[in-house]
Amino acid sequence: MTSASFLPRDRLQALFDRLREQGYRCVGPRVRDGTVIYDDLTDAANLPVGIGARQAPGSYRLTHEGHSRCFAWANGPQALKPLLFAPRESLWRAVRHDDGRMRFEPTAQQSRQLAVVGVRACDLAALTLQDAHFAADIADAGYASRRGGLLLIGVDCTHPADTCFCASTGDGPGIGSGADIALSELESGFLVRPNSAAGALLCDALPLRDASDDELYTAAAELESARSKQHRRLPGRNLRDALFANLDHPRWNDVAGRCLSCGNCVAVCPTCFCSTEREEAAFDGSESTRVRLWDSCFSAEHSYLHGRLLRPDTRTRYRQWLTHKLGGWHDQYGRSGCVGCGRCITWCPVGIDISAEAAAICGETVEPGEARGTREGS
Amino acid sequence: MKAAAGAPREAQVLSRTDETADMFTLHLRLTDARARAAYRFTPGQFNMLYLPGIGGVPISIASDPDRRETLDHTIRAVGRVTRVLAQLRAGDSVGLRGPYGRGWPMHDAEGQDLVVVTGGLGCAPVVAAIGYVVARRERFGRLAILQGVKHSADLIWRERYDAWARLPDTRVRLAADKPDHHWGDHIGLVTDLLDEVQLRPDRTVALVCGPEPMMLAAAGRLARLNVPETRIWVSLERGFQCGVGHCGHCQLGPYFVCRDGPVFRWADVGWLLGTRGF
Ligand code: SF4
Ligand code: SF4
Repeated sequence: MTSASFLPRDRLQALFDRLREQGYRCVGPRVRDGTVIYDDLTDAANLPVGIGARQAPGSYRLTHEGHSRCFAWANGPQALKPLLFAPRESLWRAVRHDDGRMRFEPTAQQSRQLAVVGVRACDLAALTLQDAHFAADIADAGYASRRGGLLLIGVDCTHPADTCFCASTGDGPGIGSGADIALSELESGFLVRPNSAAGALLCDALPLRDASDDELYTAAAELESARSKQHRRLPGRNLRDALFANLDHPRWNDVAGRCLSCGNCVAVCPTCFCSTEREEAAFDGSESTRVRLWDSCFSAEHSYLHGRLLRPDTRTRYRQWLTHKLGGWHDQYGRSGCVGCGRCITWCPVGIDISAEAAAICGETVEPGEARGTREGS
Repeated sequence: MKAAAGAPREAQVLSRTDETADMFTLHLRLTDARARAAYRFTPGQFNMLYLPGIGGVPISIASDPDRRETLDHTIRAVGRVTRVLAQLRAGDSVGLRGPYGRGWPMHDAEGQDLVVVTGGLGCAPVVAAIGYVVARRERFGRLAILQGVKHSADLIWRERYDAWARLPDTRVRLAADKPDHHWGDHIGLVTDLLDEVQLRPDRTVALVCGPEPMMLAAAGRLARLNVPETRIWVSLERGFQCGVGHCGHCQLGPYFVCRDGPVFRWADVGWLLGTRGF
């Protein structure tokens, strides 16, 4: 057990005040349209106090639990992803001069330091994967700039949803090394563990006291209980070979019969990175902007090549999503692309469960009750 | 040269060559002298050519990497962007990003026999490789160029084939599925010709480019002739947009074709090609 300090609940506002003083734009969980999402937050009173989130395959509902905790909900539909990999990004501006010459100007803006309060372990793991994709040897300017100014304040998950399985992927529910500061929420306040120079600087300015053994013990016990509450799991950490060896498995047809090809799963998945480019031209043709939008492997155009679609049907599209997510990622980035956040299960309108599909295709039977909400059979 | 994400650079059309009714070559030059001096590529790599307000398209670089005056792009006007590119004239500008991807293994192929198998019309990536070898003929062993077309009338660049055939230790064979009565070479599939050129399997490097069914057939035939799968190279196409492995459109199983390819060893991709959906 690492050493930790304690921030009393009634002093939580100090965290937001210090962040503002240190020049950060501060974002945290807010209740919006019946979900918890990340939005601007400067006042601790605007945290989702007493809110829980009941999730199941194909359903999400906020509940009022009557307690004073503000991080007692499992993740909402939105991860850190939109804060870094923007759903819409201008890439460059092209200017055409009268003499036919062209000029191209990058449009990436230097972004302000951003602090995110209330980050989940699964989303930190997903961030590491997005970093590997967008900010490694060939860096995306917009992503890298926003990433550079990011301060992350993580909170251990003590209230996992029915759809969460981060314990099985090894990515949660406790905050690991990816955050600048890790918090554990207890009834009376927060355990605070800085994990970077920026995190330590911030902690130095907070009204902290040493944590008691009792507080440390309680936090560890709550985390352990959260871990054991998770009942979904993937049938292994590396399913690459099993998936690619089963490209003709009948389950692909079965899931294609249920899947609507809507792409919700891709939109909520914190690791999905596909995008498409569009032109936005000025009316007089003198200027245009190259814009990048999120895309999905469930869209028809995603597999367009010379007038035909390489993946013309839901079977090949769902198979692309799963073989990539749990297979190809191992080759590309050294691990599975799934961090067990469960969002794709919750937000799938027909409740398709990635863990059940993977188990069916990779040859493991799903225990009764493990695939609740999905149609039975394989 | 390391690929970069980011804005295109301006390139000017120095001249253009009309190859057929719908095929043309743009001879481009980067406007910025420093960008021009820094630009290096390998045959088989590609650029994204971009027209503001219209869009971008990946085009293989056809010219010789040591001939620095122009970057040549042979293009067929078949899509939205290429039809507009077809209207460009000398003096016009385009946006250029690249070079992207991994080209043919020209270095490793030195001292080896080469067999080039191509199907369809003016397969640009492979034409760049042939041009490279022909300009450095003494560095390579035997060269066999096998070109297949559907109709004999589809064959372009007849003079080039004739000129290549006159080079030392070089064989050129043409195959047409549907020949007219003037056709003097093989009738049938280009892959049939592999049996006729007498390869030395353990010192042959095969460069294959064309429609995927043809590449599958060629790789299968080469393997039966005992050419190791690590010596068979293919050039693939997928929906490239960004060129740097970010947009995800070109994924083929575990690969980003734009970044890990477009040229691959058959040993790496053979298992995926021919599988519907990949
Ligand atoms: S695949 Fe599903 S469970 Fe896994 S990270 Fe993506 S959204 Fe979360
Ligand atoms: S799996 Fe569910 S969320 Fe994903 S495309 Fe199919 S129906 Fe939509």
